[in-house]
Amino acid sequence: MHEEFLARFRAIAPSVEGWSLRIVEERMESVATRRDVPMPCSLRQDRGAMIQIWDGGATGYAATSDLSNEGLRRACERASDWARATRGRTVAEAGTQPIATASGEYASNVLRPWDSTSVAEKLDLLMELSHALHPDPRILDWSAALYGERIDSLLATSAGGHIAQRTEIVMPMLSVVANSGSHTQRRSFGGDAFARQGGLEILEQTGFTSAAPRVAEEALQLLDAPNCPTETLDLVLAPDQMILQIHESIGHPLELDRILGDERNYAGTSFVRLDMFGSYRYGSPLLNVVFDPNHASELAGYAFDDEGTPAERQYIIRDGILERPLGGTTSQNRAGIEGVANARASSWNRPPIDRMANLNLELGHDSFDRLIAGIERGVFMQTNCSWSIDDSRNKFQFGCERAQLIEDGELTQVVKNPNYRGVSATFWRSLAGVGDASTAETLGTPTCGKGEPNQLARVGHASPTCRFENVDVFGGE
Amino acid sequence: MRDYFFNLAERLCGQIHADEVLLCSFSGEESDFVRMNKSAVRQAGNVEQRSLRLELIRGRRHAQARYSLAGSLAEDEPMFRQALADLRIRRDASPEDPHFLYATEPHSSEEIGTNRIPRAADALDAVAEAGSGRDLVGIYASGATHAGFANSLGQRNWITHHSYNFDWSFFAQADKAVKESYAGFEWDPGTFEAKLAAAGERLRVLERPIRNLDPGRYRVYLSPGALWEIVELLGWGGFSLRAHRTKATPLLRMVEQGAHLHPSLDLREDTAHGVAPPFESSGFHRPDQVPLIEGGRYRECLVSPRSAVEFDVATNGASGSEAPNSLGMSAGSLATENVSRELGRGIYVSNLWYLNYSDRNACRTTGMTRFATFWVEDGHLQAPIPAMRFDETLYRMLGENLLGLTRERERIFDPGTYCERSTRSAHLPGALIDDFTLTL
Repeated sequence: MHEEFLARFRAIAPSVEGWSLRIVEERMESVATRRDVPMPCSLRQDRGAMIQIWDGGATGYAATSDLSNEGLRRACERASDWARATRGRTVAEAGTQPIATASGEYASNVLRPWDSTSVAEKLDLLMELSHALHPDPRILDWSAALYGERIDSLLATSAGGHIAQRTEIVMPMLSVVANSGSHTQRRSFGGDAFARQGGLEILEQTGFTSAAPRVAEEALQLLDAPNCPTETLDLVLAPDQMILQIHESIGHPLELDRILGDERNYAGTSFVRLDMFGSYRYGSPLLNVVFDPNHASELAGYAFDDEGTPAERQYIIRDGILERPLGGTTSQNRAGIEGVANARASSWNRPPIDRMANLNLELGHDSFDRLIAGIERGVFMQTNCSWSIDDSRNKFQFGCERAQLIEDGELTQVVKNPNYRGVSATFWRSLAGVGDASTAETLGTPTCGKGEPNQLARVGHASPTCRFENVDVFGGE
Repeated sequence: MRDYFFNLAERLCGQIHADEVLLCSFSGEESDFVRMNKSAVRQAGNVEQRSLRLELIRGRRHAQARYSLAGSLAEDEPMFRQALADLRIRRDASPEDPHFLYATEPHSSEEIGTNRIPRAADALDAVAEAGSGRDLVGIYASGATHAGFANSLGQRNWITHHSYNFDWSFFAQADKAVKESYAGFEWDPGTFEAKLAAAGERLRVLERPIRNLDPGRYRVYLSPGALWEIVELLGWGGFSLRAHRTKATPLLRMVEQGAHLHPSLDLREDTAHGVAPPFESSGFHRPDQVPLIEGGRYRECLVSPRSAVEFDVATNGASGSEAPNSLGMSAGSLATENVSRELGRGIYVSNLWYLNYSDRNACRTTGMTRFATFWVEDGHLQAPIPAMRFDETLYRMLGENLLGLTRERERIFDPGTYCERSTRSAHLPGALIDDFTLTL
């Protein structure tokens, strides 16, 4: 069908310096239960096209859900109008944005397709889990859900570019709310972090089908737990908090469009400057971070970004030293610095901007026991539930669902309402231990917000458990 | 667009069986977006999008789906014949839904605004001129937004607005900037010029050397824009009946322990004075106003049709998230022109940023100051301060430590454009607060 739309477009494509057509078709289905009641099954089918025109040294875009001949023709006119209206008024010349020449394909590796089980069978599984989520009357709310999404895209250009990609995603979710008087605690199956590319095999790979009793038990534990202490301690973060730490205080500050000022009115700027790349000590020598679009089953894998640039694995931070930013070809041309293939659009109705994609912290050599063995007094925190960071991505404060004290090298008491705060520019230099593969998880989130107009992106993060020294931690009121 | 939607709905309703009910909801926009950086255009373009949500019902079984639309019957109608067949299969495979509710008494309505907004290219001229000689960054968004509802019981609802929202900042240095917005339905050059002039004045203060502050407790003035960030966060479960009945609300201490805010504080969902549609996707109409907090005490919740059945309470047409769309807070008695004098020695906060809960049970929130935030002494703006983190409970900041609210209120139109242009808005005063805790 996409080839048919492309043929329609070619027939009416204007005679200009260049054009691109990006068709995106998404099909999303959700199946959910709440308090042992099946929620109505929900389906979303979305399809549209983004047309970009290069003309007279400027570019303009138009997006439409009308893929008829007339709809595409009108969109071409609107994109051309914007190219004309902005000629000579742009922050960067049109030539900084490439017209893709590459051709290729990509598809997620799927073992058990989403449609290999019926809606009724998915509901049966969720009901079984739902029953296991409330073993105690203090659990007042509980839910189980499955989301499946398939995204097909075609990028074609006047320069011969032709890129077809299919992404399939499954996201399992469990959560419970437990209450005792005026005290409520929530525990979840990793927040929304267990989103991955693939099929229903993800449910077994992530432990979803057996997690319900533990999630419920841990919520009840938190009701009886004391508050996290207010102290400066060694902090050990589980992967389902590490992904937030990586996302907010490495990923966002290294986005090249932020550094170039595009985001200053909304998502913010960055404490990182262009002159820091190649020499700035971002973290301790244990810190190694890679942009890895090829990581198997991670949420934001792809072969080409939405500007048509082939995507390759690159070191972003090596041995603690900052190497390159997260900037796509347009941003690289504007800044005169090498980056990665991360110009991405949330869908057909938004133009590409610099996004994180898969940003991973490389494995170390310590088992979990070795990570905590040398800690006299510390805290182990799991599962992000609160995130806040300044517009330069420096001063942060994050909260977790659950924590345990570490005393004399061993996990001891569970504590509630754990929070910690710090400053990105110095926090990563306190990285004192990096876990091995046995401590690691491949996770991701579908809701990274940024851009004007606003865009939600799917991003992946894989990380081991990590230890940080001398961090300010605190609890609730 | 209205005629197209009603025609399509009519045809779809004609294809259902005698024992079925069909609900149709429409959403669409024709928008221009001009993104600016360094007073020049970064990206400019146009988005036309339309989507239709269908819910096919038989008894207590139902299934729902949302589809993008081309906008012509020739293109769309064949797809929907298949869609109805698919929905029947899904619905009949689903169990009965004990919490399902939809409007059965037709209540039709129509509101079509006049198009008085400037051509986007003309607005670009004004925006470019405003940025001349300055470092302007932001976005101009304009065009029509549409929402509609139709069902097989004969109800028809439609709303169209033509609006613009220019959300921008003038930067002085690093992250020091004055943020402003100019939004509405009719562009008035005089109003725009006045906003530019006021922003320019504050920009001059931002050029002064930064005054560093230690963490501690400070007297602060929160502008209406800063207060909006706080009440927006409360929308995450604060007014939801579902969150209240499952004890997940951040206002649990108001509900369980009689905690209260300052007696001068009234907060309501003010649909009558907002721009969000007065109807929701099951066909229920929203009342003009729902009192949420009155005299500092909790009054009512926002109740979706689903929660209404689950908890045996009447619905007030809230969406599934039970979050407010059109918040209104009563004015106080402080004259806005005197807030620096009333503040005396403290911090003038124009904007807050990135709020979240740090202790949900205590409704303790954390967040950052951002943009034009100034140290005030002797009633005058003295110097910009660096971005500072706060961590404070709602009960302290809008309760025991609230010194007053401004007499004048500001109407704030959400510049948000995730997926589509937002129709949320708020009408809020500024707030003078004592002992506001800064932590980092």
